[in-house]
Amino acid sequence: MALLQIAEPGQSAAPHEHKLAIGIDLGTTNSLVATVQSGEAKTLTDFDGSAMLPSVVRYEADKITVGQAAAAASAEDPTNTLISVKRFLGKSQAEIEQSYGQLPYEFVENNGSLAINTLVGAINPVQASAEILKSLKERATASFAGEDIKGAVITVPAYFDDAQRQSTKDAAELAGLNVLRLLNEPTAAAVAYGLDSGQEGVIAVYDLGGGTFDISILRLNQGVFEVLATGGDSSLGGDDFDSALVAHFKEQTQINDLNNSELRLFINKAKACKEALSSYETVNVGLELRDTAHTVTVTRAQFAEMVMPLVKKTLRACRRAVKDADVSHEEILQVVMVGGSTRMPVIREQVEVFFDKKPLTSIDPDRVVAIGAAIQADILVGNKPDSDMLLLDVLPLSLGLETMGGLVEKIIPRNTTIPVARAQEFTTFKDGQTAMSLHVLQGERELVDDCRSLAKFSLKGIPAMAAGAAHIRVTFKVDADGLLSVSAMEKSTGVQAEIQVKPSFGLSDDQVAQMLKDSMSNAKEDMQARMLKEQQVEALRVLEALEASLSTDSQLLSDDELAALRSEMQKLADLRETAISPDEIKTAIEAVDAASSEFASRRMDMSIKQALTGQSVDEV
Amino acid sequence: MHYFELFDIPVSYDVDLNAINTRYLELQRVVHPDRYAGKSEREKLLAVQKAAEINDALAVLKHPVKRAEYMLSEKGKDIRAEQQTLQDPMFLMQQMELREALEDLPQSNDPEAAIEDFEQEIKLLDKQYSAQLSSQLSSDDDAQLDAAADNIRKLKFVYKLRDELARIEDSLFD
Repeated sequence: MALLQIAEPGQSAAPHEHKLAIGIDLGTTNSLVATVQSGEAKTLTDFDGSAMLPSVVRYEADKITVGQAAAAASAEDPTNTLISVKRFLGKSQAEIEQSYGQLPYEFVENNGSLAINTLVGAINPVQASAEILKSLKERATASFAGEDIKGAVITVPAYFDDAQRQSTKDAAELAGLNVLRLLNEPTAAAVAYGLDSGQEGVIAVYDLGGGTFDISILRLNQGVFEVLATGGDSSLGGDDFDSALVAHFKEQTQINDLNNSELRLFINKAKACKEALSSYETVNVGLELRDTAHTVTVTRAQFAEMVMPLVKKTLRACRRAVKDADVSHEEILQVVMVGGSTRMPVIREQVEVFFDKKPLTSIDPDRVVAIGAAIQADILVGNKPDSDMLLLDVLPLSLGLETMGGLVEKIIPRNTTIPVARAQEFTTFKDGQTAMSLHVLQGERELVDDCRSLAKFSLKGIPAMAAGAAHIRVTFKVDADGLLSVSAMEKSTGVQAEIQVKPSFGLSDDQVAQMLKDSMSNAKEDMQARMLKEQQVEALRVLEALEASLSTDSQLLSDDELAALRSEMQKLADLRETAISPDEIKTAIEAVDAASSEFASRRMDMSIKQALTGQSVDEV
Repeated sequence: MHYFELFDIPVSYDVDLNAINTRYLELQRVVHPDRYAGKSEREKLLAVQKAAEINDALAVLKHPVKRAEYMLSEKGKDIRAEQQTLQDPMFLMQQMELREALEDLPQSNDPEAAIEDFEQEIKLLDKQYSAQLSSQLSSDDDAQLDAAADNIRKLKFVYKLRDELARIEDSLFD
């Protein structure tokens, strides 16, 4: 039989066709992109053969530069060269000033969303992050002769809270990436390491990057990567070690009133000094400014003493994570070091003392996260249908609600496996009350002021009843990306309460939509045409997925049910060709979705039954 | 009982944690949202819901107090949302003493050793109150179930102490 397959151009693709999916490590200092090619995950390089893209964005009047070229201008043009913006994602100005002290930027804030003033106007951290993602996206497209990227897995620090995760996802959307999943960095590292080494059992991943610290304890078992506990500090990283050196330089040179350019010089020198100290016992740092050449000498021991409080902070997080994971130190078979900052000898020594075993430093701490993300992206996009890899991750920080007296009541505790849904009931305290407001917080402390405010919700449209008669059931859902959504319902009447989300930090949905629109009109793209194209692609995806499910499981539907579903599918297939407005297709997709709901649910029940009996369908 | 059926394990307070974990992974392998990344929105949503339900079932089945409360509620006595109604002066007195001892922990000469001792004490209490739960919860007799409810209430105190201890330990070493 001739192995010939005929498909109309733009119609259904062969199911085994390889789809381009990428993994992106969006780092504080450097970012990388990787993909799986012929079964092997590789980081992609730029024209110079460099895999690491400095996470630096420079805004000039007529252009935006990303990477090495931007980084080179940091001292010369400090206010327009945005470095380490990851640390600002989902944060307020007050928080940033408290955490990082002097920075060469002019921050502005409106409606709780933070931005940095540059010569082209206010740029928020989401926009700057999107530029970095775009640059990596272009690199991937260029590596594959302009092939479309079907989806991306983007890594985030495990300890990122909801606002920081949402901001990362917004940045990806702005960059025009289809986000398959937000993946926690230590989990990504564990995937790359675990698959490569075949290690089974409990491991710890100590991940100290440029701006964030994570510790995750995982159990590896036959392709299952189960996070037992995670901990960390989303504003502790290599940058803070640099700051300790900057303080030392200031003290030694007796210069305390640095301007922006001098501050950037000091930070750059500090970074270089820190890196040199990983190879040398003593480093002489030359600081030339104000017509004087200063030389500051730093020994490894001096540096270790300066940064010990930071190192201890990471170890405290380790102690808590080990405790939360409910494992003993002896059970932890391997400590995997991830992130460029784990090259510092003081870190390696202290981690070894804490875990009482030599940490594993043989894997490339810079690339392992991107590699892990690429492996998961490859699976999620459907290139490896037989893969039995399973990632079970956790919520890093407890979610709670404000109660009387400024206290926080925990709804979902930290280290709960996600996805998770928990409901809580509330009642009205006034006769005829039709609205109530809820304040959602994330963190471990008891007082509202000590936790991070995520959002304030107002529930409206509660039916007017006597005080205490209305029972409002509020459901918190955290999806596999670690993102929270909230819904509410009055129980006796079944009235769904309207929820208005006002994120305390980061951007609102409207702001993101507006930025997306702006970016497209700037690029002179026709918004409508692009949205139509997107809906056509989505329609095809939906139809193909359903067709594949029907080809194996159509027996789960009665003839009538099958006919009804087929009819909606046909309508969508026709509209996909003829529709001129994206909304028409969207409506038809929703109709197919609704018509297939019963089928989807029966298929899932069948999978569960099969999983439990371990039998194939034929045997049942 | 739905959660026991979902995990396909016998309905009993005494559970085999290994069996639960094995079942859990088998179930997540088929329902986890990662398996549905390329599917329709409906299926994705369904996967998130199902995976969340299984995670919740796991949390309930693994946790001695949650498991007991769940079994009791399935037998028609839901005490999960109740306000405290425990009336056992001896027990409450003992709890107050334990609380005081807990608050004094940070000031003791050797907090780490004191924490360890306290942990042991909590373990003993845990054993004491959970010892009869298995037989009580397998019964349909009202008096037995009421007795179970009282034991669960006491266990909740014990677990609160345990949480409090963990909090103190955190603050002590942070």
